[in-house]
Amino acid sequence: MTTQPVHFYQIGSFAVGNRLLSDGERTVQSNLDRTNSIDSGHRACQGCGEALGARYALDAAMRATNGQIVAVNATGCLEVFSTPYPETSWRIPWLHSLFGNAPAVATGVAAALRVKGKKDVRVVAQAGDGGTVDIGFGCLSGMFERNDDVLFICYDNEGYMNTGVQRSAATPPAARTATTEVVGPEPGNIFGQGKDLPRIAIAHDIPYVATATVADLHDLERKVERAMEIHGARYLHVLVPCPLGWGSASNETIHVARLAKESGLFPVFEAEGGTVTSVSKIRRQVPVEDYLSIQRRYAHLFGKHPRPDVVARIQAMADRNIARYGLVDEEADSKEMAE
Amino acid sequence: MLRQIEGSRAVAETVALCRPEVVCAYPISPQTHIIEAVGVMVKAGELAPCEFINVESEFAAMSVAIGASATGARAYTATSSQGLLFMMEAVHNAAGLGLPIVMTLANRAIGAPINIWNDHSDAMAVRDAGWIQLFAESNQEAADLHVQAFRLAEELSVPVMVCMDGFILTHAVEGVDILDQSFVDSFLPPYEPRQVLDTNDPVSIGAMVGPEAFEEVKYLAHLRQLDALVRIPAIAKEFADATGRDSGGLVRSYRTEDADILIVALGSVLGTIKDAVDIRREAGERVGVVGITSFRPFPAEAVREALCQARQVVVVEKAFSIGFGGVLSTDVAMAMQGVETNLRTVVAGLGGRSITRRSLEELIETAGRDELETLTFLDLDHGAVERERARMGETRRSGPSAENLLRDRGTAATAPVKEQA
Repeated sequence: MTTQPVHFYQIGSFAVGNRLLSDGERTVQSNLDRTNSIDSGHRACQGCGEALGARYALDAAMRATNGQIVAVNATGCLEVFSTPYPETSWRIPWLHSLFGNAPAVATGVAAALRVKGKKDVRVVAQAGDGGTVDIGFGCLSGMFERNDDVLFICYDNEGYMNTGVQRSAATPPAARTATTEVVGPEPGNIFGQGKDLPRIAIAHDIPYVATATVADLHDLERKVERAMEIHGARYLHVLVPCPLGWGSASNETIHVARLAKESGLFPVFEAEGGTVTSVSKIRRQVPVEDYLSIQRRYAHLFGKHPRPDVVARIQAMADRNIARYGLVDEEADSKEMAE
Repeated sequence: MLRQIEGSRAVAETVALCRPEVVCAYPISPQTHIIEAVGVMVKAGELAPCEFINVESEFAAMSVAIGASATGARAYTATSSQGLLFMMEAVHNAAGLGLPIVMTLANRAIGAPINIWNDHSDAMAVRDAGWIQLFAESNQEAADLHVQAFRLAEELSVPVMVCMDGFILTHAVEGVDILDQSFVDSFLPPYEPRQVLDTNDPVSIGAMVGPEAFEEVKYLAHLRQLDALVRIPAIAKEFADATGRDSGGLVRSYRTEDADILIVALGSVLGTIKDAVDIRREAGERVGVVGITSFRPFPAEAVREALCQARQVVVVEKAFSIGFGGVLSTDVAMAMQGVETNLRTVVAGLGGRSITRRSLEELIETAGRDELETLTFLDLDHGAVERERARMGETRRSGPSAENLLRDRGTAATAPVKEQA
C-alpha cells in the first residue's frame, strides 16, 4: 500500500487523516486484518461515542495480547446494542452477567484463567458510568483493592442513557437529564462534590489509571496497550459523548469530546502506582461555553434566560482541573502561537 | 473413617475433596466456619490449583463464581440469610446462565428483626431462582450431598444449593465419615463445561433475549430441573452402592407403614420428629415421617406417592409466607391434587426457637384427635402477641414491636415503653 509523504492537518482540528500517515502510525482500524472485536451491524445510535471507544479499546487490547482477550460487560447500552438475541457483535469471548457486578465477574474470570494455567489470556471488563461509579462501585473498589488482573474500562457518557437519560453520579452539574429536569431555581443537575472515579482509582494505588476521550483514538489505543503491559488492576476512564443524552449532533461526537478536553472539563492523564505520570496538555484552550453551548442538555444556560453565573461555576471547575493537572503549559502555548 | 468433627468442618473437607478451582468467601454466620476451613486448605497449597478470593460482599462472591464458572472452573461459595438476599440478583443470574456453581446455604432466619439463628426463610426466598435445593438432615448427609451436588450441577449445567441448618448442623460436633479422595475422584469427573469463555472459540454468554425466545430459555431451565428429578435418585443410588450410605435422593420415608398421620419436613428437624414419632408409635399412634431432600426440583410425584395413604398430612416448616401460611405446604398441596387428605401446616422453629420432642409429641396427639388447625404456630406465645397488639391499640407511638416483645418476655433490661393508663 502506498502512502503519501505529506502530512495534512484538517482545518479546525488537530486530527490527522489516517490515510496520510505511514503504515506504522496508522490506526489498527485501517488495517484489513484488524480483529474487529465488535463487528458491524450492531444497534448503537448514530454517532455513539461508546461504540467507537469500545471498538478501539478492545481492538487495541486484542493487538496487545495477540488476540487473547476475554471481555466482561456490565448491563447497559454497550451490552444491549451489541447482543440482541440471536445476533451478537462480539467476535471475542464475551460474558454479560449483571449491571453492578462486572468487576467481580472479571475477577472470577481472571481467577479461573490462572487456575487453568492460561497465563496469556487477559481480562477486560467494561461498563458505562452507571455500572462503574454507581451500582458497580462496590465491586470495582473490591477488585482494585485485591489488585486482580483485570483492565476495567469505563465508557463515561455521564448518565444512564440506556434507560432514557437519567442522572448518574458522573452526570456533571447543571446538565439536564430525565431525573434532573430543567425546572425550579436550580435547573438541571445539582452542583455536588462530583464522583471523580479516576482519582478514586488512583487512591487505591493500583498500578495503572488513565483517562482518554474518543477525540484522540491513538491516545486511547496507546493507553490500552500500556495497560496490557501491566498485570494487576488497571482502570481506564474514557469520555464517550452520547448524542441522544447530551443533545449533540451525531456528527459532532469527536468534536464534543475534543472540546471537553480542550476546555479543561475532562482532564486526560495517566497515573502509575498512585502518581500522575503524564497529562495531555490542552493544545488550544477554549472557554467551557464553547463546549456547553453545542449540547441541548445545557440549553437552559443560554438563550432567553441565560445563566452566566452557572457557566462561571462550570468554568471554575475547568480551571480547577487545569491547575490540578497542569493542563495548560503557558510557555509552550505562547511559543506555539508565535511559530 | 468416622471422626467426631464439626458439621462445617465436614462440609469444608468434603468440598476440598471435590477439587474446587475457585472459592469465593464473604463472612456471615453461621456459614463462616466452612469458608474459613476451605481457605486454610487453599492457602496451605493443599488444593492447588485453586484460587480463594476474599470478596467485598456476597453479591461479589456469587459474581466471582459466575465469572469463574463461565471460564470453565469448578466454583464454590457458601452463605446464609442476609448474605443470600444480598447476592439474590446474582443467584438468579447464575441459574439463568446455566452455570453449575455449588453453594452451601447454612440456613438462617432473615431480619428484621436481625437474628442469626436457624430457620428456612433464606432458602424459601430463592426457591424460584432456578437452583436445585437439597436439604441435609444430618452432618453426614450435608457432607455427602456436596459430592453429589457437584456431580448433579455439572451434569445438568444447573447450580445446586446444599441447605444445612445453621448452628444445628453447621456447629454441631458429631461423627462423620469423610470420603476418601480416590472415591470422590471416581464419582466426580473433571468439569466439562457446556459453554466456556475460550479465545479459540469465542461465544457470547448472557446476551439480551427478548420475547421471541425468553420463554423457551426459561422452559429449558424447567426441563433441566425435571431431568434432575431422575438424576438425583440415580446419583444417590450410585453413591449408596459405593459407600453404603443413604444420602440424598428425593424423599425419604420413616415408619410410614399404615400411617394415619404423616409429618412432612425439611432438614435437621426430621431427627427430632422421628424421635417423637417413635414415642407416639409406642403409644399406638399410627404416625410416620416423610422427609423431603430435594425441595427444588419439587418431587411432586414421589411426595404424592409417599403421602397418599395418610388421612392427615402435617407439614412442619421453618418458614412461612407472611399473610398466607405455609410455603412447603403449598407445594405439598399441589402434589396432593386429586388425593383426599387433610393438610395441616405447622410453622415452627422460626429464628432458632427450639422444636422440642415434647412439643412435637403434643402436636401429634392433637393431630390424632383431629384438633389441629389448618395453620398452627408451634409454641407461639399468644399472650405476648396479644399484649403488644393491645399496646399498639392504646397508643400511636407504641414503639418498635421487637423491642416491646423482648421487654414483655423480660429479656430486655430497659424500662418498658410508657404505657397509657
